[in-house]
Amino acid sequence: MSDTHAETVTFVRDTMLPEKEPPLSTVGAIGWVRDNLFSGVLNSILTILSLGFIYYVLSGILPWVFQSVWNADSLTECREIMVATWGDTHGHACWGVIKDRWLQLFYGFYPPYPAHPDANFGSAPDGHWWPAYFRPNLALILLIGAMIPVLFSGAPRKLLYLTAAYPFILPWLLWGGSVWVPLMVAAGFAIGYFAYVLVDRSMSSLMATIAAVLLAILWWVFAVGPVSGALHSILNIGIAPVQSREFGGYMLAIILGVVAIGCSLPLGILMALGRQSDLFIVKTLCVGFIEFIRGVPLITLLFVASLLLNYFLPPGTNFDLILRVMIMMTLFAAAYMAEVIRGGLAALPKGQYEGADSLGLNYWQAQRLIIMPQALKISIPGIVNTFIGIFKDTTLVSIIGLFDVIGLASAIRADTAWNGIYWELFAFIGALFFVVCFSMSRYSMYLERKLRTGHR
Amino acid sequence: MTTISDPPKQQFRLSMLLYDTRYRSATIQVLAMFFFMLLAAWLISNTVQNLANLGKPISFGFFSDPSSYDINQRLLEYTSRDSHLRAALIGLLNTLVVAVLGCITATVIGVLVGVLRLSNNWLVARIMTFYVEMFRNIPVLLWIVFAMAILIESLPSPRDFRGDTPSATMDLFDTVAVTNRGVYIPEPLFSRSLGDVHLLGDSSLRFDVSLDLIAILVVLGCSIYAMRKVSARANRIQEQTGERPTIWYIELGILCVPMLILLVILGFHLGYPALKGFNFSGGIHLRNSLIALWLALSLYTAAFIAEIVRGGILAVSKGQSEAAAALGLRPGKIMRLVILPQALRMIIPPMISNYLNLTKNSSLAIAVGYMDITGTLGGITMNQTGRELECVLLLMLVYLTISLCISGVMNWYNKRVKLVER
Repeated sequence: MSDTHAETVTFVRDTMLPEKEPPLSTVGAIGWVRDNLFSGVLNSILTILSLGFIYYVLSGILPWVFQSVWNADSLTECREIMVATWGDTHGHACWGVIKDRWLQLFYGFYPPYPAHPDANFGSAPDGHWWPAYFRPNLALILLIGAMIPVLFSGAPRKLLYLTAAYPFILPWLLWGGSVWVPLMVAAGFAIGYFAYVLVDRSMSSLMATIAAVLLAILWWVFAVGPVSGALHSILNIGIAPVQSREFGGYMLAIILGVVAIGCSLPLGILMALGRQSDLFIVKTLCVGFIEFIRGVPLITLLFVASLLLNYFLPPGTNFDLILRVMIMMTLFAAAYMAEVIRGGLAALPKGQYEGADSLGLNYWQAQRLIIMPQALKISIPGIVNTFIGIFKDTTLVSIIGLFDVIGLASAIRADTAWNGIYWELFAFIGALFFVVCFSMSRYSMYLERKLRTGHR
Repeated sequence: MTTISDPPKQQFRLSMLLYDTRYRSATIQVLAMFFFMLLAAWLISNTVQNLANLGKPISFGFFSDPSSYDINQRLLEYTSRDSHLRAALIGLLNTLVVAVLGCITATVIGVLVGVLRLSNNWLVARIMTFYVEMFRNIPVLLWIVFAMAILIESLPSPRDFRGDTPSATMDLFDTVAVTNRGVYIPEPLFSRSLGDVHLLGDSSLRFDVSLDLIAILVVLGCSIYAMRKVSARANRIQEQTGERPTIWYIELGILCVPMLILLVILGFHLGYPALKGFNFSGGIHLRNSLIALWLALSLYTAAFIAEIVRGGILAVSKGQSEAAAALGLRPGKIMRLVILPQALRMIIPPMISNYLNLTKNSSLAIAVGYMDITGTLGGITMNQTGRELECVLLLMLVYLTISLCISGVMNWYNKRVKLVER
């Protein structure tokens, strides 16, 4: 041992010091603010500018929203109240228009008492105490019920029966009429199913499929009308019919959106498969259709629905505008959906296809069990974006003269009582769409998180 | 597809068309073709029959008839005595104008917002998120009519600019007038102009080409060519000696001096809008409809572009920026030299498809009365002549052509980037 060493080292700590709290300026609220808002000169300037901007916007909007008039029957009355209360008419919303017209904005001209054409909302005819608005409302509630088992895997499976029945309930509730028509249309599926089961026993499954499809189509084309008519004359069960030209408002957007979304997904899957297939002619047809639809604006397709479809169909056919619009919107959505799903199919590693082949699965089995579950999972964000896009695009029908919310806003403005009212209506309509679209996009995020099964 | 290693030797039977995978695909295709032809034949025969019943066979003769309606926002000279074809051409140009303007502003705003959404500043990132969600979740049609309402309702009318104490004043040193009838901006004028060349004589497609513009473009082209020469020389010197000569002032001179001389020769000056009577005159008049459409479309599309830019930047792996930082690059240079070039490959294809969407959405011009191709050919011309079939089909054809051109560009770009990839 050297002496020098012993002299220089005079103290050796042999116990740990107790841990100290981190400095106050780096933890908690202060630390967070320093890290996220004032971490540098530039950042501080940006923060102050943003605060100023937020203050500027909110100081304009908040008083407008909250210092507002709810109880008024016309814009002039609104302005009188504003002058009496605040002394000026600027910077105050007149929500009276929403209170006055919300039924119209939601349901368009849907008749409150369809069995009594002369009755309006204010005066209920004898024996009726609730207006027919319960029909679209019930349709919406059932829609939510039908969607729950599809959207959330924890939901009771029994609800799937409602999902299966919903395509028949929706038109019946909205358009009304005899209950036998939707029942007989549904019976077509049952007939097809039984035909498949019976033929499948004696012959091959291919023949069974053909027989099932043929029988069902024959039933729908030739039998549904007479049979439901006969049943109706025997047992008259039904609700008062409503013409589609009376549909409107936000209800119309939801109906068009639900139909286009519901029908476009299967159609889009089929077209995506067609586009990916080895069959040259099928592929060419699919590519041509998809690229054509994606190459033109929706508004031209709506022109086709409102002006040209009557040229393309046999002389004398005249089916209603809403149905024509539904068809065009479905085709439009399906083309976009097909592209999204094709992206998912292309993103799958080739090994998945080869693995399915090596298991001896045939084409449809492989698609159903191996390919589609993965491809659809990959394309969820794209699919939901297409849904949102389609739902927003339903507003375009106001250009071809249907009274959706935007069309109704102009109609309300054309009324002398509400002439000159803009912002309240825009804010209301915007909020309606924002709520639905925003929830859809949040749901897609939830689904993405839930379906992420590793790889990361 | 399944392959059979040892083909069965039996004779061909009809059922093999269905059950033998070698023939089944042919059967399916023939059937698909057959049904498609059947459908097409049915549609066409219906159309022919319907048109015959109505007594209006397909003809495009109406295109040469006088249109007898006015188009207030236009690039080429047009009067209501011109033909429907010329009206459609004016409309097409208007569509392209709003599409190009919209794409440029949407890109600028979108990139800015996309980058700011990733900012370290919590507040800025939140504001940008709010902007993106607001615009993505509300229909573009609503934004368009909203923008139109703002312009009409909240801007001063030209009357407010009059008098000794006007309640409204012109902006930017009295050069721009923002009114509820539109925006008036200065126009470039040449006092010693070279004049115009009239092309295509008197036909519907006639147009004038300004010789001044050609002169400016020629000079600009020459300057850029010379600049590239200078820059190439600098590169050469740098490679030989390792030192790069300072050339930015030479380049600036080459770019500016000839242009300034040319502008002086042509007598370039700006024509400012001025209040005359009840309205402004002089300058370029941008109508409200154009501004509203432009504003709404670019803000709406910018929200989507912002998401694409953000996604593209996030997709570049973190190691890249860390490596760049380890090399000692500053944050700005890391973004410019390392992140963006890699992110662009991811960003550009969806960006172009958004340009396509913007172009298609510009057909909503009809809601605010901007006379684009949908407003002329698919609007007034169609209503006046009653030729729905011809007009709508042509309209679709026009949009289809534009779309296919844009997707052609996209495919070309995709191919080019693929070559760069390893």
